[in-house]
Amino acid sequence: MSIPVYKFDAVVVGAGGAGLRSAIQLSEAGQKTAVLSKVFPTRSHTVAAQGGVAASLGNSEEDNWRWHMYDTVKGSDWLGDQDSIEFMCKKAVEAVVDLEHYGMPFDRVDNGKIYQRPFGGHMSNFGEKPVRRACAAADRTGHAMLHAMYQRNVKANTQFFVEWMALDLIRDREGVVVGVTAMEMETGQIVAFHARAVIFATGGSGRIFASSTNAFINTGDGLGMAARAGIPLEDMEFWQFHPTGVAGAGVLITEGVRGEGGILRNADKERFMERYAPNAKDLASRDVVSRAMTTEIKEGRGCGPNKDYVLLDITHLDPATIMKRLPGIREISIQFAGVDPIKEPIPVVPTCHYQMGGIPTSYDGRVVGAGNAVVPGFYAAGECACASVHGANRLGTNSLLDLLVFGKSAGDSAVEDLKKGAAHRDLPADAVDASLARVEAINNRTGGVSVFDARQAISRTMQDHAGVFRFADLLQKGAAQILEVEKTVRNLEIKDKSQVWNTARVEALETENLIEVAKATMISAEARKESRGAHVRDDAPDTPEFPNGRNDKEWLKHTLWHRDGNRIEYKPVRLDPLTVETVALKTRSY
Amino acid sequence: MERAALERLRWRCIRRGLLEVDIALGRFLDEEFGQLSEAEQEVFAVLADSDDLQLWHWISGQAECEDSRLLPLVARLRARQGALKTP
Repeated sequence: MSIPVYKFDAVVVGAGGAGLRSAIQLSEAGQKTAVLSKVFPTRSHTVAAQGGVAASLGNSEEDNWRWHMYDTVKGSDWLGDQDSIEFMCKKAVEAVVDLEHYGMPFDRVDNGKIYQRPFGGHMSNFGEKPVRRACAAADRTGHAMLHAMYQRNVKANTQFFVEWMALDLIRDREGVVVGVTAMEMETGQIVAFHARAVIFATGGSGRIFASSTNAFINTGDGLGMAARAGIPLEDMEFWQFHPTGVAGAGVLITEGVRGEGGILRNADKERFMERYAPNAKDLASRDVVSRAMTTEIKEGRGCGPNKDYVLLDITHLDPATIMKRLPGIREISIQFAGVDPIKEPIPVVPTCHYQMGGIPTSYDGRVVGAGNAVVPGFYAAGECACASVHGANRLGTNSLLDLLVFGKSAGDSAVEDLKKGAAHRDLPADAVDASLARVEAINNRTGGVSVFDARQAISRTMQDHAGVFRFADLLQKGAAQILEVEKTVRNLEIKDKSQVWNTARVEALETENLIEVAKATMISAEARKESRGAHVRDDAPDTPEFPNGRNDKEWLKHTLWHRDGNRIEYKPVRLDPLTVETVALKTRSY
Repeated sequence: MERAALERLRWRCIRRGLLEVDIALGRFLDEEFGQLSEAEQEVFAVLADSDDLQLWHWISGQAECEDSRLLPLVARLRARQGALKTP
């Protein structure tokens, strides 16, 4: 079957921060560049990043990239690759200055320099005392970043394909990436984008969990495409969670609610934190609170018909205090939980927020596939990629920095490779067959499973078996169950068979990506028999031999999940930075 | 609204940058949009075209919408309660 072929030097998939940043490098270097996005670029999920971007500018007080590097390695619980971390922290200042040149309206102090604010985990002098390192544009940092970089791309003649969904990576017989297939939603037309460089910047995949702060767009499309093309996924067991998202919606309830006197209760109305943290109680650290909530739910003391959430109670607080000190909380609770928190407690559950793992890359943004070999023509950056700077847990404000630094380096590496001047390699004869077959199967199937049911099955399985606090028996059951769920995903049926603007078909295609991420997560988590960073297991507790449950002797290594046979292999953590001494292993405590 | 236009609007409501806006617009589309007059439906499409933070500030009451044409729909979005029925 013949389908249209669009020829570009480079194709970037995803138009959030990382995609826009890499496209600037490509277009400004004169490469003919296409950016594909499911939505208009300024509606990417980067818009949700409010906290700021970390850079040791030292505008308010002395700071140093080495201190930022130390904080990042420590935050990663030593699983981050120290060459990538050094690279990122060193490049942070340049990344912020570039943004300034693109017209980013950073907050400033009187002398005109960029204002910097303190943020959890940002310390000076190798963990000694807090330092002001976060640069922000009010509470709209991500939003302002997207607008500045989109405008810059327009100026540089980047060609945008908006409301297009990428379907599959195209690799030739030698494994070189030569393009992607994609579908234009407006027409339903499938097109082959023939390129000499493909950059994935498709963001996170938090929708695999029933409770997630991620927007609906975060379905792991890049990870699904990479996995289907034989690229392993790295460190997928590591996901950052927040303790209190509104049950059923995922909308975040700020931790300030507990700070103002909010109390967590189980189905018996018991203030259960008294048992887990007799002194700090509801003010215990995020990890401790999440763990306690999960344990209550696992042991059958959860609330509601499915006993799958706990309650955050502020009914004892003065309504005036709630309105004054916790603005927006009443609105969020009424609109997303259907309860007025002045009268009734808010149903909450630990909620997935950020994906640390992803498509394996080195710090230059080049994808490193099976056998630790660079995949020619393929680059990745941002939340979909794993450089790995976040390791087992991410330091606040490093996500925006990640997408700026690695978006740029992926773009630069692609430009460097493109300038070597090789012509477009031929598209293989079967370049589009797999994509066409998948779409045809979804279009034609009758008597199958609905997308709604399949997504519910994925997200419930993940939430119940691989949530914020993990148990060996649940992980084992979950690993078997997710493979059963996969069978339903292979049997998706859509009622709407229309060719044009068929959102059901797009959602079915997204679901085929979600299941790859879900399998990778469950199987990688089951396999890692230690606690580290955000991966915390009940059977790997804090002991003198293994502080925080971390076992460096056996588990100081990256997981690689291969779709083929759900095979797991490991590769060493790169402990050697580029120019400085290694940040030596030590127990992570704050 | 004809099918293709409605589907396009649906996509633009449930694939936003912010989860809060996905939910607020998505459930309104599922549950109330069909009861709007044709003129109101056009206004809703204009409202849905606003940027995510602006919409969220209006829906959460952190900012007042000053566009009198959009105001009635913002009020209806704000009055919605409970969780979303579609994932």
